[in-house]
Amino acid sequence: MSSDPVTPTNEAPRAIVAGHGDFAAGLVSAVQQITGRGDRLIPVAVKQLSVEAIEQLLRDRMLEAHVRVIFTDLQAGSCTMASRRILRGMDDAVLIAGANLPTLLDFVFAEGRPAPEAARHAAERGRAAISVHGAGA
Amino acid sequence: MSILLYRIDDRLIHGQVVVGWGQPLDIEFIVLVDDVVAASDWEQELYRMGVPPEMELYFHSAASAVEALPGYRADGRRGLVLTGDIDTMRRLVDGGGIDAVNLGGIHAKAGRSPRMRYVFLSPDEEASLRNLAAQGVTITAQDVPNARPVALNEVLAGVEP
Repeated sequence: MSSDPVTPTNEAPRAIVAGHGDFAAGLVSAVQQITGRGDRLIPVAVKQLSVEAIEQLLRDRMLEAHVRVIFTDLQAGSCTMASRRILRGMDDAVLIAGANLPTLLDFVFAEGRPAPEAARHAAERGRAAISVHGAGA
Repeated sequence: MSILLYRIDDRLIHGQVVVGWGQPLDIEFIVLVDDVVAASDWEQELYRMGVPPEMELYFHSAASAVEALPGYRADGRRGLVLTGDIDTMRRLVDGGGIDAVNLGGIHAKAGRSPRMRYVFLSPDEEASLRNLAAQGVTITAQDVPNARPVALNEVLAGVEP
C-alpha cells in the first residue's frame, strides 16, 4: 500500500481541515498528490472527542499555526459546531462548512490573496464543481 | 408512539444524530433538551443551522421538556429526543413514558473512566444508569444504527464489541 506523505516546502499553512473519520487526512493527501501543496493545510482528526475537546483542539491548532481559516466536512458536524463557537471570538476568521476537494485545490493556489478571501472564493469554486452525469441528468 | 429514539449524546446535534440516525429513521423533528441551550438564543441558532430545513428542531429545558413530552409523543410525526447528559435524561425518565434510552456519546473528561470508545462514565453516572435500569428502562449503547446495541451490563464491564 503506498501513501502520499506531505513533504514540507517551508510554506506556512494557511488553513485547518477538520471532519469525521479520516476526512481531513484524506483530502490533504489528495491535495498533496495533485498539487504538491498539501503543507498549506493542517489536517485535524477529532475521533471520539467531546465537543469541548474538539473546540480546544481546533483553537490550539489555529493559534499555533496563526491561521484564520477552517474547512469542515458537514454543516451538522461537531467540527463545524466547534468552529462556529471559535469564530464567535475571531472577527477575522472564516469557516467553510461542506468543503470538498475542488474547494481545497482552489484555496491552495490562491496564495496572492488573504486567506479568508481565498477561502470564500474557494467555497464558490467547490460549490460549482459538483456535477451530475448519466441516468437522465 | 412518535418518539423513535431517546438519546444521550454530549455533542447534541451532529452528524451521527442528524444524518446517521435521522435519515434511516426518517426523523421529522428533534427535541433538544438542555438547560444551557434552552436559555441561549445564540446556542439555539447554532444548532438550528446544523439540521436540514425539512427537520424541525425544538428546544426545552429539562423541566419544560417533562411537561411537553406527552404532546410530542402524540405528534403524528417521527421524532427523536436528545439530551447532552445522563442526569437530564434521568429527569425525563422520572417524568414517565420512556422505556428505552440510547447511549450515543459520553466522551472523556475528568473523573470519567472509559467503558467503550464513545462511552466514558464517572462513578455517579454509572450509578445513575444502574438506577434507570432498575426502574425498568432498557439502556443500550449504539452510536450508529448499523452498530450492535450493547447492553448496559456489557458497557459497564467495559467490553468493546
